[in-house]
Order: sequence, then structure tokens, then C-alpha cells
Amino acid sequence: MAAVEIHQHRYDAVIVGAGGAGLRAAIETAGKCRTAVLTKLYPTRSHTGAAQGGMCAALANVEDDSWEWHLFDTIKGGDYLVDQPAAEIMCREAIDAVIELEHFGLPFNRTPEGRIDQRRFGGHTRNHGEAPVRRACYSSDRTGHMILQTLYQQCVARGVTFFNEFQVLDVAFAEGRLAAVVAYELATGDLHVFNTKAALFATGGFGKMFKVSSNAHTLTGDGPGLLYRRGVPMQDMEFFQFHPTGIYKLGILLSEAARGEGGILRNASGERFMERYAPTVKDLAPRDMVSRAIQTEVLEGRGVGEAADAVYLDLTHLPPEQIDEKLPDITEFVRTYLGIEPKTAPIPIQPTAHYAMGGIPTNVSGEVVVDGGGTVFPGLYAAGECACVSVHGANRLGTNSLLDIVVFGKRGGAAMAAFAAATDLPPLPDGVADDVVRRVDVMKSGSGSEKVGAVRADLQAAMTEKAFVFRSEDLLAGALSAVGDLQARYQEVTIDDKGPTFNYDLTEALELGYLLDLAEASVVSARARTESRGAHFRTDHPTRDDEHWMRHTLAARQEDGNVVLSYKPVVTGAYLPMERKY
Amino acid sequence: MALVDVELKIRRYNPDVDPKPHWQTFTVKAEPTDRVLDALHTVKWEQDGTLSFRRSCAHGVCGSDAVMINGANALACIELVQKAAGPKGGRITVEPIRGLPVIKDLVVDMEPFFAQYRSVLPYLVNNDDPGYTERLQSPEERARYEDTTKCILCAACTTACPVFWGNSGYVGPAAIVNAHRFIFDSRDQAGDQRLDIVNQRSGVWKCRTAFSCTEACPRGIKVTQAIQEVKRAVFTDKV
Repeated sequence: MAAVEIHQHRYDAVIVGAGGAGLRAAIETAGKCRTAVLTKLYPTRSHTGAAQGGMCAALANVEDDSWEWHLFDTIKGGDYLVDQPAAEIMCREAIDAVIELEHFGLPFNRTPEGRIDQRRFGGHTRNHGEAPVRRACYSSDRTGHMILQTLYQQCVARGVTFFNEFQVLDVAFAEGRLAAVVAYELATGDLHVFNTKAALFATGGFGKMFKVSSNAHTLTGDGPGLLYRRGVPMQDMEFFQFHPTGIYKLGILLSEAARGEGGILRNASGERFMERYAPTVKDLAPRDMVSRAIQTEVLEGRGVGEAADAVYLDLTHLPPEQIDEKLPDITEFVRTYLGIEPKTAPIPIQPTAHYAMGGIPTNVSGEVVVDGGGTVFPGLYAAGECACVSVHGANRLGTNSLLDIVVFGKRGGAAMAAFAAATDLPPLPDGVADDVVRRVDVMKSGSGSEKVGAVRADLQAAMTEKAFVFRSEDLLAGALSAVGDLQARYQEVTIDDKGPTFNYDLTEALELGYLLDLAEASVVSARARTESRGAHFRTDHPTRDDEHWMRHTLAARQEDGNVVLSYKPVVTGAYLPMERKY
Repeated sequence: MALVDVELKIRRYNPDVDPKPHWQTFTVKAEPTDRVLDALHTVKWEQDGTLSFRRSCAHGVCGSDAVMINGANALACIELVQKAAGPKGGRITVEPIRGLPVIKDLVVDMEPFFAQYRSVLPYLVNNDDPGYTERLQSPEERARYEDTTKCILCAACTTACPVFWGNSGYVGPAAIVNAHRFIFDSRDQAGDQRLDIVNQRSGVWKCRTAFSCTEACPRGIKVTQAIQEVKRAVFTDKV
């Protein structure tokens, strides 16, 4: 085994990931406790920057609105798996969160009076479902880019300490609390041990377990994956959002804002089919319903495209200047990748894996809770897509992810700073980096015949075939067996690059391990849930079953690798479950 | 769509074994509508895992994969094979962006670039208490700086600038773009400080209006125009 250089650091707090949630948390801890932000990328590369449409808050700048209506929509959109007190916090604090981003300098689009403009978005309605409401605050169709840039700018202003291109691979616990995180430095191959009082994970999603995906190549679930291996259960992993409008075959996201601005979905005969599925809000129904409608149109022979497996997103009736002003980026994607002019021709689209509703269980302070009784693991925090608060329940509404990252990034950062101020640095356990040293060495010295790219491609194909918009016992059993085979093949992976410098061959191999584990947790959770709720639709159990399934799933990985499920109740509130009609 | 043959000629360098950079050619199958990034992935995932390059979003918004393709800066995830090699395939040369130290293969040291970015106070400065509501800004005021808010810090502009190649002390187009974004924002109060910064010897006066930056920008920002507007603001002392 080659000697690995191991560097030691001490901090009050460590933030893992520098997208919207991590950066917002860093702003909160700045000046309160000595914080290191570790990211495997550069902060501005984070996938928050790919979010397009907007961030909802009931500012009522352009029409009547209230945070209670936003709350109702969020709960109904989440098919009543939402923890209502948490969602109430999010929808109430949304208003201040948007105002704060404006004060940070975010260039929101404006009304003629100079106030923040707002537009319609899927599932967001006036007065409990009467009609679509203009609630999404936005900046052209690059709202996520603006949030990411603005938060990074504020971190620069505050002198936040970044360790760029440091990939966190492990955590260590001591005396029943978090004691350290272990990171791999991409530029050198050195390891860095950060002895710390607390760590907040904000590593984003894991949509790269699917073939057709809107996710960045780097969204591999590193945070949830490494915590899962250390015994932290994963919550509600069966709920993965498939966004209705991904660019055909590529999966690149075309924002719901396209429909918010008036875009229409059409099948092969040109019919506006959403009128049949959601007569009131039509194309602006929540994403789970629209994705199912599209897949139904395709299955019933009304699809378009080479394999008749897509439908059209039609913007051709919109004024060209509205497209240029409100949807410039997504229409440029269509020109670049499909060679289609969206002003004159409809765009072939299909559902694309987009967002993990599930993840690391937390409370509303971002503290990680490790059981059904709300037990907090001291020093461990999570926020953003990698976390599950749960404010999105079984199906997240559009724009609520940008809201989630700023609201709970801030709350997690504040809670972590308070915790760090009241506690001493924990002792550093012996051999804290041993396991990472071993994993790197195993990967570099492997002699098997498997390649990372091939195993990953087979995982993505299996998950897209068997655990996508429509699921069943047969499909999920097949998915589980496929993942099991792939985990065996993963043991035979060999990498070409044995060197220390920017060895992405190595990091991709380690990331694949997380994707496999999380895919297994997702499929096991999905197979057990014999009902249909939100994004989890079972053709063999096509209705929601509140009597048995108004509960969150917790999937834990045992020492022997087996996945064990347990459940905890949904935290209910004023809104009682009712049938979801739109 | 039919697959075509693509010869990818890549500038390689591994500091752990290579005394100096060298070229290596790989042949891959690609669809004409594939991204150059897809072809690089085919090399890495099927032929040679030691090839290193940065990438993340793969659709032109994260700014990770600026490289030089056939001698011109571009994002590998926006440039399509049919453009770079032709619709029937052919050769594509890929090399690291110029003017920043190469670390390995297509990976360059981005720290000098981000240091220049940080030097222009790239954040809103406004010391007035805004209260509980948003600051007002008219659509016209917003339009004044919207173009430069699109920057993704990919460094394609700065590393396409012949002045920057000759003088790495030059703050470069990207930093000026980010100064512009705040100088022309009606809410900002630090315009004078930023104008002083870009008025230094390493600042805007180094620009020779070569337009290389504008051609290189994958976001279509009118970079040269932004630099000219900042020059005019320095010269007239008003925005």
C-alpha cells in the first residue's frame, strides 16, 4: 500500500457541499463559528445553478395570495405525506427568504412598479385549488443560477473558507456524536481529516441512478451514501420525482415555467391531453400527475418521436418576445441539442428523473434524526435535496426546492452555529482515515474485469426500465435483482488510473458505490409500499391507502448489507387527506 | 441516427509521469448530435480511464468544462460533434484552455482566475436599511446589467484573451464582466471602489478590443461591450 499523506484540520463546523443549501448555511455560520466549506466541485458548479423557473413565496405582489394557500398546495401536492408543521415553516418563511435574497442582490424580474414579479407554476393555486396563482418569484429562466451566484457572492463578501475540489468520503463518530469528516483532495490525492464539532451535509441529489435524468453527472448521492453506510437510515427513498418535460432522450430540464408562461402539452394528434387528466389547472397540474399522463398517452399509442415514446411541448402560440424575455435559456437548449426552433415547432419531451424527495431524515432545524422517535444524532446536520424534512412528501411542487434550500440551509446553519458555540471539540478517534485509505487502495489495486462506465450504465438502464413513473411488484422485483447483480459486478471493478492527480477514474468508481446502495434502498422501499401516492405509482396497487400507508419509510442498512425497513408517522395538521383532483 | 467515426486528438499531460505535454488520438463512434463531452466520456469510460477533465451539468450552465476545441474556446457540453468534426465525422482536437497552469490533461489551475474574480468586489454593496420589503428596481434599471448576470465563471473569455496570455496579471474579461454586473446595478453603492479597481494598471485599459472574449462566451454575453461600458464609466466617472 502506497503511503498516503494525511493532513489534519480543526474546525467548529464543516459544511459538505456548496450548492444553495450549503452556501446559505455558510452565510449563517459566518462570523459565528469557524467553518470550512468542502465541495468536490467549485461552488458555482453546483446543480442549484441549473434550476430554472422560480421560487414560490406568497408575496402577493401581482395578485391575492397567502402563505396558507401555499401551504395547502404543498401538502396536497405532496399527496399528504408532508409533515405539515415543517411545510408551514417553509411557506411562512418563504416570504422573508425571497426578500433576503433580493437584499443580497439577486436580480429578480420586476413588475412595472419595480417590485418582484411573479408567475404561475404547477400545482400552485389560489384559494385551495380554484385556479393557478402567480406565486413564483423568478429571474428569467435562470433563477437557480442567480440564487447560486448571489449566495456565492455573499460568501465571498464574508470571507468564507472554501476547500474546493475536496470530496468527502467518510465521517467518524466519537462518544455518540460526530467527530470528524474525511475528505479526498482531488488535485493531490491526499487525505484530509477535519476534526469538527458539527457537520452539515448539503450534497444534493442522486438522480444519476437513472438513465434519463436532468441531474448533473456529479449528483451521485455522496452525503446520503456515506451516512447510510455509517448506519443513518434513509427516509422515503421510494419517492423520486420524474419531471414531465425533459428534452427527448437527453433528459435536460425544460422548466415548468414554459407551461407557466402558457406552453401546452400535445399528443401525436395535436390534442391538449391534460384537459382530460386535470380539467381545472390542465398543463399546470403537479409533476407526478403530468408525468403519468404523458406515459399514459405514450402507452396508449399517442406518442411522438422515433419510438413514439414522447409528447410535444408546444410554445409556438406564445409571442416570440415573451419567449425571448422569459424563457431564453431553455429555448436555446432546444436549438442547441435538438436543432429545433421552439418559436415555430413543437418540442419533443419525455419525463426525466429529477428530484429525490427522500434522503437523510432531519427535523426543522436541520438536525439529523436517526429513528422514528425523533432522536437527534448530535453534531450531524443536513439540508437541501440530500435531506428529507419532510416538506415535499410524496411529490415536490415546482419551485419548492429552491425555497427548501434557502429556508432550511439557513435554519441548519443557525442551529449548527448554536450547537458549536455550546460544545467542545470531540476527541478524534484512532484510525479515523483507515477505511478511506483502504477503499482507495482496494479500488486502485483491483484486478477484476468490470468497468465503472459499464456497471453504471446498466444500473441507469435498469432503474429507468423498472423503477420509473409506473412501477409494479414484477418490475421492482426485477430492479432489485438487477441491483444485486450490479453490486456483485461492482466488486470486480478495476480502474485504469492509479495516480494521485485529478483521478476522476477513482472518484467515479467510489460514487458508483453510493448510487448502487441508494438504488437498493429506493427499490426495497418502493417494493414494500403497496399503494400509489405522489410520485410512487404502482400499477398493481393504483390507489392511495391512507389506512396503512400514511407513514414515512425508514430504510437502514445493516452490517451484513441487508436493508431493513421501519416506519414513522406523518406529522399531520389542519389539512386532512382528500382526493387529489386538479 | 447513424454513428460516425470521430478522431479525438487530445492534449495529454500527467505530471506524475510525463516530462511534457503530448498529443494522443482516440477513435470513437458518436452520433453527429452528440456533445463533444459525450465523445470525451466515451474515451474515458471505454478506452482510457486516466483521461482527466472537469464536467458536471453537461448542458452549459455550470461552467466546468471549458476547453479549447479545434483551437477555439468552448464548453465541451455545448459543442456538438456535427459542428466540431462535421456531420460525417472527422477529427476534433481538444486541449486545455490557455493562460492558466495545466495540472493534468484538460484540467487547469482555476485559482488565479477566481482570485481575479474576487478582486473586483463581486457582491452587492448597499449600506442602507432596506426594511422588510424588497428594494425597488424598474425593469429598465434591471435591463442595464442583465446581460452580465448570465456569467457562469467558466473562464472561456479570459483564457481566449491574447492580452491575458501575455500578461497573467491582467484582471481579465470575466472579472470585468462581474464588476459590470454590480457597477450598473441601481441598488449598488460601491461602484466608485470597483471603478478604481478596474482603473489600475492591471485593469480595463489592458483590453485591446480584440473581441476574442465575446466570441468565446458560451452564454452569449456581449463581453467586449461590457468592458467598453466600464471603460466609459471610468473615463467619465459616471455610470
